[in-house]
Amino acid sequence: MTHLDTEIHQLREEIIDLHRMVRTQLVKCKTALLSFDRDMAKEVVATEKRINALELKIDRDCENILALFNPVAVDLRFILAVLKINNNLERIGDHAEGIARYVLDLDKANDPEVVTRYRVEEGFEVAVSMIDDSLAALLNEDTALARKVFLKDEALDHVNKNATMVTIDLIRKNTPDPLHYVNTMSIVRKLERVGDQTKNIAEEIIFFIEAKVLKHGRKN
Amino acid sequence: MNYKIYAHNVNVYYGDNHVIKGVNMNIAPNTVTAFIGPSGCGKSTFLRVLNRMNDYIVGYRKEGEILIDGEDIYARNVRVEELRKKVGMVFQKPNPFPKTIYENVTYGLVIQGIKDKRVLDEAVETSLKASALWDEVKDSLKKSALALSGGQQQRLCIARTLATSPSVVLMDEPASALDPISTAKIEELIYELKQKYTIIIVTHNMQQAGRVSDSTAFFYMGDLIEYNTTKEIFTNPQQTRTQNYITGRFG
Repeated sequence: MTHLDTEIHQLREEIIDLHRMVRTQLVKCKTALLSFDRDMAKEVVATEKRINALELKIDRDCENILALFNPVAVDLRFILAVLKINNNLERIGDHAEGIARYVLDLDKANDPEVVTRYRVEEGFEVAVSMIDDSLAALLNEDTALARKVFLKDEALDHVNKNATMVTIDLIRKNTPDPLHYVNTMSIVRKLERVGDQTKNIAEEIIFFIEAKVLKHGRKN
Repeated sequence: MNYKIYAHNVNVYYGDNHVIKGVNMNIAPNTVTAFIGPSGCGKSTFLRVLNRMNDYIVGYRKEGEILIDGEDIYARNVRVEELRKKVGMVFQKPNPFPKTIYENVTYGLVIQGIKDKRVLDEAVETSLKASALWDEVKDSLKKSALALSGGQQQRLCIARTLATSPSVVLMDEPASALDPISTAKIEELIYELKQKYTIIIVTHNMQQAGRVSDSTAFFYMGDLIEYNTTKEIFTNPQQTRTQNYITGRFG
């Protein structure tokens, strides 16, 4: 194993760790929200600092590898991909923290009927499953799995569109406690963003492995 | 801190030419330090100061103090041959002796008077393994060293240096005459060798300095402009001249 191989191996372990941490954050958010578990929400907020610290370390490590080893070809693509995956994972971490803070601001549990109408649980499940796929795609260097992420993102888009329709309906009916359902809609929005960011991660995995740029275009 | 090499206010002159100007440098053990800088900046001269290779150059004069393992290497009682056993050197061009591979590796030991075949055999195997050449030459130790490729010859020279059990290895552009594959092997070797040795490498190849070294010293016109961890030098140099040099804007 060359010195560069060793550095790349370490970087790979770090980005996989970050991936796993972010996934756990999202799963905990779901529990915190659906079970109104404030302790769990506090845990998510506390862990966010660790995510930020790891993001900075990965950035620094990428910078060092680029400066010291001048990687080329697949090695270069890997470092460039990690830089962007890192950024996207950190943003997913931010969304998880945002949801946790929302739970901490609640004075009572969400109305289960509203949560069901907004398909919040489904949104979480799809988002976590997308993160699972992107992680497995990275671990196994499996671009077919990375492409599955794009399909799942469409399901999240449906959940998001549904949330808009539900909100319009609730407003039309002058349903009381608008802050509550507007907040629920914003959680769905965050999940939709998580989907977009996971899709970005999948694009970067495909770029690293196949040297194909899938941004702004068709996903083959 | 426990430094392997301590250089304090070192000045070197060749006649009236002031080629090293008040250099201070401390080098930690088991690290790789790269000396970089344009031709004539003093990096090779400073390297050769560390095992007194300049002593016989006409007009050479050195001021200042150099301690290795806490001992002044220019003290009157220091025997230069002993110093060079401890501070080995590898040169730019592979320079094996026109002898067998075996004789090349054992040369330093034989001139010390060591004759015991078992000791010599062991030194040959250990040194060739350490220089990552053993597997390629173990069945041809009696063949001429000159039959080896350039990259193999350079690794043989490294083995010859290691055979006398130095603790410091100086390398003056050890890969500049080699092809990329041989260069990569030498670089990997340097990375391995620092577990046991303190290594200083002069290189014109900036990428090589980045790949192999822990610390980098940038020399310019006899001055040590900047000396820091290689990561800092290559990501955030503090001096404009360092930045200009490593980015290829002058030098």
